Amino acid sequence: MNAKTADKIATGVIYAISSIVALILFAMLGFILVRGVPHLSWHFLTSPARAFEAGGGIGIQLFNSFYLLILAMLISFPIALGAAIYLNEYAQKNRFTAIIRTAIEILSSLPSVVVGLFGFLLFVVQFKLGFSILSGAIALTLFNLPLLTRSIETSLAQIPDLQREAGAALGLSRWETVLHVILPAAVPSIVTGVVLSAGRVFGEAAALIYTAGQSAPALNFADWNPFNISSPLNPMRPAETLAVHIWKINSEGIMPDLNAVSAGASAVLIIVVLLFNFSARKLGMKLYKKLTSA
Amino acid sequence: MDNITKKLMQRSESTRKDTFGRVVSLTALILIGVVVVAIFAFVLSRGLSTFFKDGVNVKDFLFGTTWNPSVTNPATKQPYVGALPMIIGSFLVTFLAAIVATPFAIGTALFMTEIAQKRGAKIMQPIIELLVGIPSVVYGFIGLTVVVPFIRTITSGSGFGILSGTIVLFVMILPTITSMTVDTLKSVPRYYRESALAIGATRWQMIYKVILRAATPGIMTAIVFGMARAFGEALAVQMVIGNAALMPTGLTTPASTLTSVLTMGIGNTVMGSLQNDVLWTLAMILLLMSLVFNLIVRAIGRRGAMK
Repeated sequence: MNAKTADKIATGVIYAISSIVALILFAMLGFILVRGVPHLSWHFLTSPARAFEAGGGIGIQLFNSFYLLILAMLISFPIALGAAIYLNEYAQKNRFTAIIRTAIEILSSLPSVVVGLFGFLLFVVQFKLGFSILSGAIALTLFNLPLLTRSIETSLAQIPDLQREAGAALGLSRWETVLHVILPAAVPSIVTGVVLSAGRVFGEAAALIYTAGQSAPALNFADWNPFNISSPLNPMRPAETLAVHIWKINSEGIMPDLNAVSAGASAVLIIVVLLFNFSARKLGMKLYKKLTSA
Repeated sequence: MDNITKKLMQRSESTRKDTFGRVVSLTALILIGVVVVAIFAFVLSRGLSTFFKDGVNVKDFLFGTTWNPSVTNPATKQPYVGALPMIIGSFLVTFLAAIVATPFAIGTALFMTEIAQKRGAKIMQPIIELLVGIPSVVYGFIGLTVVVPFIRTITSGSGFGILSGTIVLFVMILPTITSMTVDTLKSVPRYYRESALAIGATRWQMIYKVILRAATPGIMTAIVFGMARAFGEALAVQMVIGNAALMPTGLTTPASTLTSVLTMGIGNTVMGSLQNDVLWTLAMILLLMSLVFNLIVRAIGRRGAMK
């Protein structure tokens, strides 16, 4: 076959393949949004779920998702930040560093269901935390740590060594340089990384079904004392999240309007992830402008 | 005089702060290491107790074809714990999904980097990034409402099965493989392209003979990553595969994977019983497989590093 003909055929095939892929992707997004968005209403977003009759909402699940996300980020961020600082600023190239890096890589490739089972075994059963927000938040932390660490480390590594040398030349210790020079410079890209990982955590379900549980007890939104069992802030109550809810109602198949509820909930999930993705970049850029202009 | 000596002998404020920072950050790092060790220790100890405590034969477990841990086989006085149906189910959906996804991912990545750099990247990049972030339950839900009924109408079965699982996983790992392949293709140096074109190669010859060859290790890594994701995916697969722990006889009969049996079973068994232990052994297999995928990626990285 003529090389030119082959070139034309191949180009055509590549065009065809990528249009099919684009079609699949658009169709999927379109499907969820078209099916889900009409179902969204203030009532749907705020009222509690109903197991056996139509017309329930996702209010508690939505709140649980955000609460778990915030708790998980509060636990995982300091740890990831510390680990990333050590890896990028202090660590020497030796066996210890290599082993830890491998460990982080392995943790990031573990199936999330295994992380969830580990959380179930250790926190729910061994430490007797039960199915609770706390167990769920710790499981999400384990799931989130490797990725967050890597993204913060990349952000730190992007800061040129000139800055570190300048710090050292001024007589600052390494830690002071990190605290006052490197971190402020890296804030925008760290924020981008954190928000992106928040999107992933928000949609995670497999790690939660056996840690945060699959039930959403009624909450009293007037009671903000974290020690009361019906308080939304109580970290020891079981908390089904939005993603778990979609999974549960579909695998039970009892709820009469489960297709509409799942479509609506899926649309909410995707819109939130979309918002996270979008705001991650915007926020990073805005912070960068603000921090560099002064 | 005394004051100065003292000042010189003492550790400075800065040094103290530095030590503090070093210790704090090292603690965080070690914590992550401890977590990884703990996960392995716990899952291995629970998973191995099937063999040590309950006396199940490793060979029976890995190659037995009947899974029904609560029933005892009258001939051997052993419960039916053959995990082969799930192991085969997991590998089947993973490999099939990877085989289908690879040409699509490479084609799309080539489109984005070689053929329509500006337009292709502008349209596809954000969608692919978004799709990487879509929660897996959403994929499962789409599978349940679109893929399963579709398969049901064309094959007359229930629609649940390996084929539906493969389709859902295919869509799920497609963005992952594509975005990693795009990164690899972008890292192929520009002068490779220039030299190929300069000696008269057509665009396809340049792509096929130069760029794809140079990018092979990276593409392989992308595929293995996709496979690792598919292998460990639990809920999306569980929703569409039918959850029947039988040896798969066809692509459209209900089957199960390691992850689907785990998600279904772990809440319904009593901790410490044989029924529970065998589930942990399945989790152990998942853990070890993710280790294997990791080793493969490393091996590819070491052998295929661009010289």
